[in-house]
Amino acid sequence: MTDEPAIHVRGLRKTYGAQVAVEGLDLDVARGECFALLGPNGAGKTTTVEILEGYRPRTGGEVSVLGVDPAKPNRDWRGQVGIVLQGTGEFETVSVREVVRHFATFYPAPRDPDEVIEAVGLTAKANSRAGKLSGGQRRRLDVALGIVGRPELLFLDEPTTGFDPEARQEFWELIHQLADEGTTILLTTHYLYEAEALANRVGVIAAGRMLEVATPATLGGRDEAATVVSWDGPAGREMLSTDTPTAEVLKLGERFGGEVPGLTVSRPTLEEIYLNMIHKAEVTG
Amino acid sequence: MTAVTRPRVGRGPLYAARIGWERGRFEIREFFRQRESVVFTLLFPVILLLFFTQVVNYKIDGGISFAQYFVPAILAVGLFGAAFQTLAIQISTEREKGFLKRLEGTPMPPSAYFIGKIIMVFEVVILETIILLGVSAAMGKVKIPIDGGKWLTWLWVTLLGVAASAVFGMAFSSVARSAKAAPAVVTPVALVLQFISGVFFVFTTAPEWLQLTASMFPLRWIAQGYRSVFLPDSFAQQETVHSWEHGKIAIVLGIWTVVGILVTLRTFRWRSDRDS
Repeated sequence: MTDEPAIHVRGLRKTYGAQVAVEGLDLDVARGECFALLGPNGAGKTTTVEILEGYRPRTGGEVSVLGVDPAKPNRDWRGQVGIVLQGTGEFETVSVREVVRHFATFYPAPRDPDEVIEAVGLTAKANSRAGKLSGGQRRRLDVALGIVGRPELLFLDEPTTGFDPEARQEFWELIHQLADEGTTILLTTHYLYEAEALANRVGVIAAGRMLEVATPATLGGRDEAATVVSWDGPAGREMLSTDTPTAEVLKLGERFGGEVPGLTVSRPTLEEIYLNMIHKAEVTG
Repeated sequence: MTAVTRPRVGRGPLYAARIGWERGRFEIREFFRQRESVVFTLLFPVILLLFFTQVVNYKIDGGISFAQYFVPAILAVGLFGAAFQTLAIQISTEREKGFLKRLEGTPMPPSAYFIGKIIMVFEVVILETIILLGVSAAMGKVKIPIDGGKWLTWLWVTLLGVAASAVFGMAFSSVARSAKAAPAVVTPVALVLQFISGVFFVFTTAPEWLQLTASMFPLRWIAQGYRSVFLPDSFAQQETVHSWEHGKIAIVLGIWTVVGILVTLRTFRWRSDRDS
């Protein structure tokens, strides 16, 4: 392997006629990293990802994915890239195992199909017809087909839409496991807590531009933002904003002479930071 | 990190043929589990035969029963339906559902997709033929040839006929703008071709301009090739130029195959319009 990043994008631009979908987007994803792209619908996430996947031509800019320009995809490159697209589900009468085994034949060094089925939690459904799966189970089959080729780089476009909380938890474990094995992952999601659970870094796209790239803990100055301490006072709920939450809590403890009723200490959630950023971008954009 | 050699994907026509075989097996499995389409596709020719031989009884010159004349015609219709109609509709559905996009994202050699389709069609055509001939023989109205040379003719007409009709279907799959519109675009073409290609009446009784039009499409030639298998050679006198024209059949179907492949290569789309 080389030190060059798995994904390298400079000044990416994509227009559809007069409409600009992506404008001057930069992005670097290191090998082995899990990177989450966040952004509202229509912000250019899927356009960007599909350019990187080799599906769409770009209007301008420099793009390299695993050292190859995805506008000129070749089959060796396809063998190293796993793709989980948004909402498919086109299999009806064939079983889960048959589909996964079939797709394994396309790759030079595939994973064992039964292990893949196990990893996505479909072992109990391995012999069921794909058309009889629930929405979440179909999505897991999509993921199985994305990883059966043992990709170096995996694209996941809104992978957990329609999952129940338990399935999502299991899916996250699978992603952690893939990341531990060294798979580079680029995912898009609407669930901020998902990005926080999975990604080393997140990038926020709005109106075709990258607003910020940071770790989930530091996005939008989250680590420096004031902490909110709140409690049940004699006259109802009270709260204060502070940069020194520990000192405030100690003071409160003295005042109440022990436990502080209804005490919470919170930093803004990723979701609050994110919504704030998107809102600002809309106002200034 | 340690240097790893990336595995390279397989290359060359043999590899494409192997993956095409895998595709074909998968397609056949999918097809045979859809009970409605299996029953309809395989029994439709039999229904046609039973219906027409009950209702119609044209007198055909040369002492040939209508059933005997009709069997090669139905075989030709069955072949053309399985290759042209099924593929044109199926491929536009697979495009719209995103299945082709999914395949495009894998290292599968693109030719394997087309090879798989042709393997599936060939299997369907062979089964249709076995069932139709079985029923015809059981009815006792149709003589099945026992001459090896006739069956050799059957084999090459079938191979070339499937190839020409299948690539026509593949190329045509891009004409329909949506999967919903596909049957509406494809079915009339097939029906008109059936009608003008001498399937439902003796070809030479059609007006000349109709014969000429039909001669530009594969179905007419497949039907004529099959007639040369199932009708006595004396019937060749009643063909347009008083001969089975085997050479011409091979040339026309061959041209259709080559031109169809070229058109498909130039126009085939793995994604629908709204997806580029």
